[in-house]
Order: sequence, then structure tokens, then C-alpha cells
Amino acid sequence: MALKVLVGCKRVIDYAVKIRIKPDKLGVVTEGVKHSMNPFDEIAVEEAVRMKEAKLVNEIIVVSCGPAQAMETIRTALAMGADRGIHVEIPLGQMDTFQPLHVSKVLAKLAEKEKVDIVMLGKLAIDDDANQTAQMTASLLDWPQGVFASKIDKTDAGLEIIREVDGGLETIRTTLPAVLSADLRLNEPRYATLPNIMKAKKKKVVKMKPADLGVDMAPRIQVVSVEDPPVREAGQTVSDVDDLVAKLKDKGFSSA
Amino acid sequence: MRGVPQLLSRAKHIRVGFSASEPVLAIQAGILQPDKFTQTFVQIRGLKSSKVISQAPLTAVDIADSGKQLKQELEAIVGPGNVSSGESVVLQHGQDEGPHPGKSPDIVVFPSSTEEVSEVCKICTRHNVPIIPYGTGTGLEGGISAVEGGVCVNVSKNMNKILQIHQEDFSAVVQPGISREMLNQEVRADGLWFPVDPGADASVCGMCATGASGTNAVRYGTMKENCLNLEVVLADGRIIHTAGIGSRPKKSSAGYNLTSLFLGSEGTLGIITSATVCLHAIPESVAAAVVGFPTVQNAVDTVVMTLQCSVPMARMELLDEVQMKACNEYSGLSYPETPHLFLEFHGSESEVESQTETVRDIAADNEGGEFQWAVQQEDRTKLWTARHRAYYADIALRPGCRSLTTDVCVPVSALPDLVTATKADIAEHGLIGPMVGHVGDGNFHTMLLFDPADPEEFRKCKEVANKMARSAIALGGTCTGEHGVGQGKMALLEEQFGKDGIDVMRKIKGALDPQQLMNPGKIFSRK
Repeated sequence: MALKVLVGCKRVIDYAVKIRIKPDKLGVVTEGVKHSMNPFDEIAVEEAVRMKEAKLVNEIIVVSCGPAQAMETIRTALAMGADRGIHVEIPLGQMDTFQPLHVSKVLAKLAEKEKVDIVMLGKLAIDDDANQTAQMTASLLDWPQGVFASKIDKTDAGLEIIREVDGGLETIRTTLPAVLSADLRLNEPRYATLPNIMKAKKKKVVKMKPADLGVDMAPRIQVVSVEDPPVREAGQTVSDVDDLVAKLKDKGFSSA
Repeated sequence: MRGVPQLLSRAKHIRVGFSASEPVLAIQAGILQPDKFTQTFVQIRGLKSSKVISQAPLTAVDIADSGKQLKQELEAIVGPGNVSSGESVVLQHGQDEGPHPGKSPDIVVFPSSTEEVSEVCKICTRHNVPIIPYGTGTGLEGGISAVEGGVCVNVSKNMNKILQIHQEDFSAVVQPGISREMLNQEVRADGLWFPVDPGADASVCGMCATGASGTNAVRYGTMKENCLNLEVVLADGRIIHTAGIGSRPKKSSAGYNLTSLFLGSEGTLGIITSATVCLHAIPESVAAAVVGFPTVQNAVDTVVMTLQCSVPMARMELLDEVQMKACNEYSGLSYPETPHLFLEFHGSESEVESQTETVRDIAADNEGGEFQWAVQQEDRTKLWTARHRAYYADIALRPGCRSLTTDVCVPVSALPDLVTATKADIAEHGLIGPMVGHVGDGNFHTMLLFDPADPEEFRKCKEVANKMARSAIALGGTCTGEHGVGQGKMALLEEQFGKDGIDVMRKIKGALDPQQLMNPGKIFSRK
């Protein structure tokens, strides 16, 4: 019984970029800054591709919500092995108020529309660190969730998932359909190779708007301010050990 | 002068200051006391006469004024925040990752552009002060040690952009601050990679300066095969482009091959301020394999036959039994303690499968043991863990020890004999020397372990290393395959090239650097 998977991927500022706050202090500078696929979404795509290679899955649909540039992210996923893509267009100006709840509603609607068996997401996005979308999507669909997955196996009844939790590893079993989210140790994603990048250009990508799915875009959260962490203060040089001890006492670090 | 020998004998390092007005030597000695110590660093240059001024630990005030003038001029070019003579800064910039203690420069500057580098060189030329280029400090042969003091030009801190990526032409132009891992991270989304992998996350321009190589050289070549053009600042500040201004064709017959001249020149001819390097397509499929053999000879025979069958191997690494033992202990593995080959295959899925089959058969024909192989990314990573952590595994064999890493390269057919002779020599000297080799190139490294507090042991390591290099030269090889000559192999270079060969190198250097300011004390002596 081959399954159908919907994988969500998000275009985020590349992890190696030095983040700068916008002058209006309501967000970070994104223009002209290097972006790439959220690393946890790469892991999610990789897992879906491996399941397809193992013949458990016969179709992978990749979806990304965002402005025109989100197409790059979709193409990368297609180059990794996804079959077709859906680009939910969000104008650049609306990106600031496009929040996890909206994404969850979009994914839930698409999951039903495409009749998928698994919704596969990254556990969180490295820009907002929200870690909400998978859980809310499952809730909207009333599907079981296997989040922070570090191992996923197919069983007769559904899936067996090993999850990374604070105390160690938790094994759960779910029925299908289900929503899963990928944790770091689930796999090591492959690199897109040139032949696959070329093939990906021919794969189909459909465009739509949130309104087409009946999703209302009104924000539920208002960002009040975004600030840099406090600037590191200059250190003080001490002339010798006695001086050091005196300063430590002064600052209350030592009573001796 | 009575006090001087006493000071000198107790000093760990000594700093010399020059006064512009009188030729006075100020000696700052480091005196180790139980609860505190002062430490200073010295390069002694042109010592003609001396007298002791004071025997108390001195302060920086006593250091010469001429240094101050130089510093001010440099600050005017790069900005005061980008010039430093702070102790920890100069210390870091004189010491690389090799076993030889490095000498600190007097001043470190951090220019932000090629033009600034050019102005810095002009100033140093005017003051007749040595210039030492600095990338990431990951070299192993003391190449950045400021043996005659001078100005260290750190070109990686502020000049860290990828200037161009040409996806369809498979090339990129990078500044010195771009390391090979940074470059790879940037181009992988385009399905490309930069294959020269010397282990350390070195500056790409630094890799050009040392003519670096690595585990992938057998298929993808070394830095020499992957560099199209260099932008170089000469000692007098002139800026040249070794293959032509903005040129990046795959081949050219125009003029002398200056790119080749500067590749591997270890900062003795100029400062590399940007490099145009080749990129390759990420292979469609990658497989890794590990197989053990009863003897090194068996392993090398396998390698030779594989090459003769024209299997386009991507990586062929030999780890001897000492190394395997170290890896087992360090990474908690359970390989048999015999020589092993670590292999990697690149190509399309069908190509990789057929390559693997061919090599599996050759290995079996040469008494090869169990042939383990993997295709999945994390399985391959696991399989290669032993090789990746080899250096740390070696250091862990004797906690607290350092390693004198040798680096010789011979024609592949000569490898078994050289390895056998070296192992015998290591045993005879009572040393521990695990071996890792890029066998496909005939290049191998022994990590000769020594206690840093035991000069006798270090001397023995040097003896073994020198003997190995001499044998390599005699067998038609070279005294350094990848790491460069730096300071440690200067005498060996003379043996390899002969007097006349070295003389040609001296003449070229003399033409480009008449004042002998570019990284003095490296590759070959002044006369």
C-alpha cells in the first residue's frame, strides 16, 4: 500500500548569515541576504525521498508558502527527489504577519485536498524557532502526531516512531494518516546534484493563494519589537593576582 | 655582559627593541617564578654589540620608537582598530598547528582590501621590515613563523567575501577569508563542490600558497590543478594577476605560467589576495568501502592494480595497524588491527556499483578481508569516522603528546618499500608512529608522537622524518607532498633540487623581492 506524502519546506535566512535588525526594530533585514531551505525541512524531504526509495511511498508533494523566491526552495526539494510542488504565494509585504497558524491551516487544507497519508515537516524553522506548525496541523486535521522524530518505521497498523525527548528516546505507534516532524538525527540529507537539478526544472509546480484554500490571513500575533542582544562590555585588565582577587571581592564573586 | 648569559639562560623567550637613535639592545627576559611570570618574545636581528641596561623585568615603554612610527603609518592605512602588537595577538599569529614553536611578529595588521594590502607592503618596504602573510594559521611546517620579526598581514579576517561564482563555468573567485568549507556551503545548492580537502578548514588562498592537496587528489587533483588565476600583491606593493586580469579560461598559452610559480610559494614571493578556483559537479552517487589486509604490501598492490584498471577512485586512504588500533580505541570501533584501505567511489549509480565490484574483486585477490561498504550518507560517515578522527586518535594514544607529522610522496610503486623501511626505522628508534596515506598519490604521513618536554624524543622524531624524506628523494619522490617546506625541510630541498635548482629559485625571489622581506627564513636560505 504505497503512501502519499506532503512535505512542507520553508525558505529561511541561511544559518551562516550574520543577522541584522531592521531600523524600525520590527524585524530583521532580509533583502539581499542569503536564504536557503530550513535545515530541518531538508531532513524532512530526505526522509520522504528515502521512504520512496524503499517503495513505501509513491508520491511526494512539496509545498512552500512564501514570495516568488520560495520557488528556489521548492526546486531544491524537487532536485532532492520530490515529485511535484505547490507554491502558496504570499506577497513579500505580508510575510511579516504570516504566522505558524496560517501555515497549519494551509497545510491541513492541502492534506485533505491531496488526500495524503503523511504530512512531513521540520520540527521548527531556524528563523522563528516556533515549533508549532506540525502540532497545530495535526490538531486541525485531528490526526495523530509524531514530532521530534529521529527514526520512522512502517508497521502493519501504521507507523512506529522514535522521538527525541528531554529524558531520552520515546517510542510511539500511530495509525495513518499522521503528521510527523523531523529532528536533527533522523538522517543526513543528500546534496542536490546537477543532473537532478536539471531534471527538477521539468517537474510540475502549481501556484495558488491562501484565499483559494479558504484560509484567512489576519494575524493573531503582533511583533512589538525586535532587539539585538546586549553589547558585550569591554573587559578589565588586572595587573596581578592580588588585583584580580580584590576585583572579584568587589564584584561579589568571592568572599574569601 | 656578565648579567646577560644569566638572563638568557633563564629566559624562555627574549625580546629585542631597537632605538632609532642609538644601536641599543634592550633585553626583556621572561623569569619564571612560582606564582606569577612575565613573558615576552624575541627575535634577534643583526646583533652587533650589546650591553645590559637593567636586569629587572622591563615594560613595553623600553621598546624602540621606530616601531611606533611604523605602527602609525599602518594605522593610517587600515585603521587603528586593525593594527595590533598585543601579546596574545602576535603570539597567535606566529604559531601554526605544527610541532615547531613559532616566532611572533612585531605587529599584526588586518587589511580590508587588496589596495590596503598594497599600501601595507609599500610601507614595510620603506621601513625594510619583513612581511608575513597569514590565512587561517592551519599550516604544519611553521610557514607563518616570523623568524626575523616584522609585520604579519592577516588577510583573512576582513577580506572574507566570495567575489564571484560561475555555475556554468565551474569556477569561483574568493578572498583569503573564505575557507574551503565556507566555499562548499555556498555552492552546494547549485550542485557544485570544491574538492581539495586537506583535512583542516583552511583558507582557499592559503591552500594556494602551500600548494595544498588532500584525500580527493587522486581523482580531482591538488590545488595546482584547481587554480585558474591568482591576484597577488608583491613586496613593493604592485598588484598582478597571474593568468591575466579577470581571466578564467580553462586553459591558456599566454605568457609565463605565473600561477604555477606562486602556487606553493608559501608567501615568499607575494601575498595572495584572491584566487580563482575550479569547482566540480557533486557526484550523483557516492559509495564508501573499508577493507583490511594482512600486510601493507597487499594493500598497496590492491591500489596499484585498481589504478591500472583505470577505476576512477575518488579517495584511497591507507591506515596502518598502529593507526587502526588508535582509531579503535578513540572511536570505540572494533576493526581488526591490520592495515586497512578506506575507499570512496563517485559517479552515477551504475558506475559506482561496477567500480565497487571491480575493487572488491581486486581486494579479494590480494588477501583482502571483509569488504564493508555503504551508500547512505550517515552510514558512509560512520564508516569513515576512523579516518576522519585519525589525528585525534593518535594524540589520544599518549595524552599530552604532540605529533611531528611527516609528509613524503613517492611514485606509487616505491611505496611498499618506503613504508616497510620507515616502520622498521620507527621501531628501531622506539617511537610510536601511526601511518595514514593517500596511497593513490603515493603520499603518506606518519604521526611521530613526542613528549613536548622531551627534546631527545623530538630529536629522534626529526631523525626518522629526515631519513624518510631522504629515502623518498632517492626513490624519485619529493620531501613534501602537500604540507610545504616551511622552515623544517630547507636542507632537504637542496638535496632534492641540487645547488643549481635552488639557485634558480633564489634568483627568481631576488627579482621579485630584492629586499628579502617576503616571509624570510622559508623554503630556502638566502645564500
